[in-house]
Amino acid sequence: MKQMIKVIAAAALTIAAPLASGAQTGKMGINDPQRAAVYDALKGKKVVFVPVALGFDLSDGWYAGMKSQLEPLGISVDVRDPNWSADAGARAIASLIAERPDVIVAHNPDVQTYAKLLRKAEKRGIHVVQINMKSAYATDAFIGADYVDIGRRAAQAVVERCGAGTSGKVAIVQGVVTAAASAYQLRGISDVLSKHPEIKIVSNQAADWDATKARAITETTLQQNPDLCGIIGFWDGMDVGTGAAVKQAGKADSVFVVTSGGGGKAGCDNLRQGVFDLDISYDVPGQARDLSNAIESILQSGFKPGAYKYTLYTPLQMLTRDNLEKYRTFGACWTVDDLKSR
Amino acid sequence: MKTVQDRSDGTHTASPVRRLKLTQESIIVTITVVMFAAFALFLPGFLSVGNLLTLLRSVSVLGILSVGMGVVVISRGIDLSMVATLAMGTAVAVVLAQPNPYFPQGLPFWQGALLGLLFVLIVTSATGLIIAYADLPAVFATLAMGYVIYGLGRSLFLSGEANYLPDDAGWVVYLGRGLFHGIPVSILCFIAVLVITEIILRKTAFGLFVYAMGDNPVAARSAGVPVRPITVVIYVFAGLVAYFAGLLTAGAVNNINTRIFNSTLIYDVLMVVVVGGIGLSGGKGSMKNVVFGTLLIGTLLNGMIIMNVSYIQQNLIKGVILLAAILADTIFNPRDEQTSQQGDI
Repeated sequence: MKQMIKVIAAAALTIAAPLASGAQTGKMGINDPQRAAVYDALKGKKVVFVPVALGFDLSDGWYAGMKSQLEPLGISVDVRDPNWSADAGARAIASLIAERPDVIVAHNPDVQTYAKLLRKAEKRGIHVVQINMKSAYATDAFIGADYVDIGRRAAQAVVERCGAGTSGKVAIVQGVVTAAASAYQLRGISDVLSKHPEIKIVSNQAADWDATKARAITETTLQQNPDLCGIIGFWDGMDVGTGAAVKQAGKADSVFVVTSGGGGKAGCDNLRQGVFDLDISYDVPGQARDLSNAIESILQSGFKPGAYKYTLYTPLQMLTRDNLEKYRTFGACWTVDDLKSR
Repeated sequence: MKTVQDRSDGTHTASPVRRLKLTQESIIVTITVVMFAAFALFLPGFLSVGNLLTLLRSVSVLGILSVGMGVVVISRGIDLSMVATLAMGTAVAVVLAQPNPYFPQGLPFWQGALLGLLFVLIVTSATGLIIAYADLPAVFATLAMGYVIYGLGRSLFLSGEANYLPDDAGWVVYLGRGLFHGIPVSILCFIAVLVITEIILRKTAFGLFVYAMGDNPVAARSAGVPVRPITVVIYVFAGLVAYFAGLLTAGAVNNINTRIFNSTLIYDVLMVVVVGGIGLSGGKGSMKNVVFGTLLIGTLLNGMIIMNVSYIQQNLIKGVILLAAILADTIFNPRDEQTSQQGDI
């Protein structure tokens, strides 16, 4: 009996002692056994971002998002800004191949220019992640919008609006014709419209991502087709010109303007003012998170660059004037400052 | 070879040489009229009042820029930095009118616009001084200054490319898309800039000097024309015209996107000037030629959009027309072996 009490007492002590001492020194709970390895794998790594340009909402948003998520983990995030020159971008990537950072984040101006360079970077042991505009060459990861899907959704929205009882006349305002965003989106649109003979494309012009050109094209199209029913624009930054022409013509109510973009504040303001009727958003804060997560997982994986390739298409948000408040809680209507301070 | 009569062209006394210029002008006018008539016949809706106003409005900014470029080219210069001035002057005005590092509250828009004007005056004076006093060829100096102006504006004032107009910029919106008795205000602005510039060129000593310098800078200097100061004034004038065009652009689409600097707009401006018949070798042409050039390009662009010509074909057609215009220019306005120098274009 005495023996038993001793054992119980001893057992009670062994259990209580660490608790008691723990309460004194703060060592409660148990340590996460993977934690140290994760931080070690990330610390001191170097990520370099090559956008088509800095200074517009999409690229500034991704950059700010990566910095705010990755830098606290000890990953350095730098940028090389080619300022809309595909040549300068190619040179930047070529010099990065010599510099050998751990990850290159590439935003492709078109599907061809960087393809060979990205393959070369992977051969040299640099991981490559592509953001939102694809190259023909697939690398470790692609994070971004499925532009074919955006084209389909935009076309579907126009089909619903411009069916029987309307003229069925639709205009398309493209960006730069060789960019992935334009080429893939056009395919998506034609996939849908080919099944709807009642829709007539009366104008299909490229405005080079330029609002002034978009405005001039739309003005002329509206003069020619006063009964125009819908316009599909390829980027909200450009389609402020498209929408301004529609408003100016006093046709904001009769012409349905669809566009797409990063879902930033400017896009929301334009929806609210009736410049656009539908803005298909690829949610830049979400993309920045996906992008940073992809970088983190690649750095932890230990795989050779190019060993596994995957694609994360961004869940799209169909922003209209009426649902802005709902989507605001999911990150829509963001500003770059929001992302910096996230 | 130039003759005394030729030089007197600038001082607008009638001379036999005028016949030559008329030939080039008449070609342009004929092409424009034929194209216009063809579009009017075969494109339904082209001849409507609405479409014609749209046509004019869509080229009014291009036309205003071409007025500035025209004056520079007449003086035997060229200003490739005009689009940078357009973008940056306007963007500085817009940015300063919003909360910014320099004025945390943001200035009223008219004060921002004045500071934008000041920015334009400073950078274009610098351009003029470099060309006039350091004797750099204008084509290289302005090419480089374009990047300097863009870089200065971006690094000192702007955080992003698209800069939206503040709410109190109503008069800019009026300039860009207002209507005055049913006529777009931007067209009236183009006409006003044209008329004022033509009066300056025709009725003032400055105008006379511009033609004299363009015809033969050395002779002009010998004759007592203050060539260097006038050169500075010419580039400042081009900058002011570009700034005005920038305000119109911003008013039309409610924001100024500085990426316009990377566009081909400056070549479109040159195309209007050359197609219109202002010889690149200087000393010839007037605002009338800017009108011809602008109408030709405007009619062409409008017709191509109505016909839904593809983007690549549009560029092809524009390129061929520019090439033909330069060819015509070299035939009708041959380089003057006596006064041409390295760096002339």
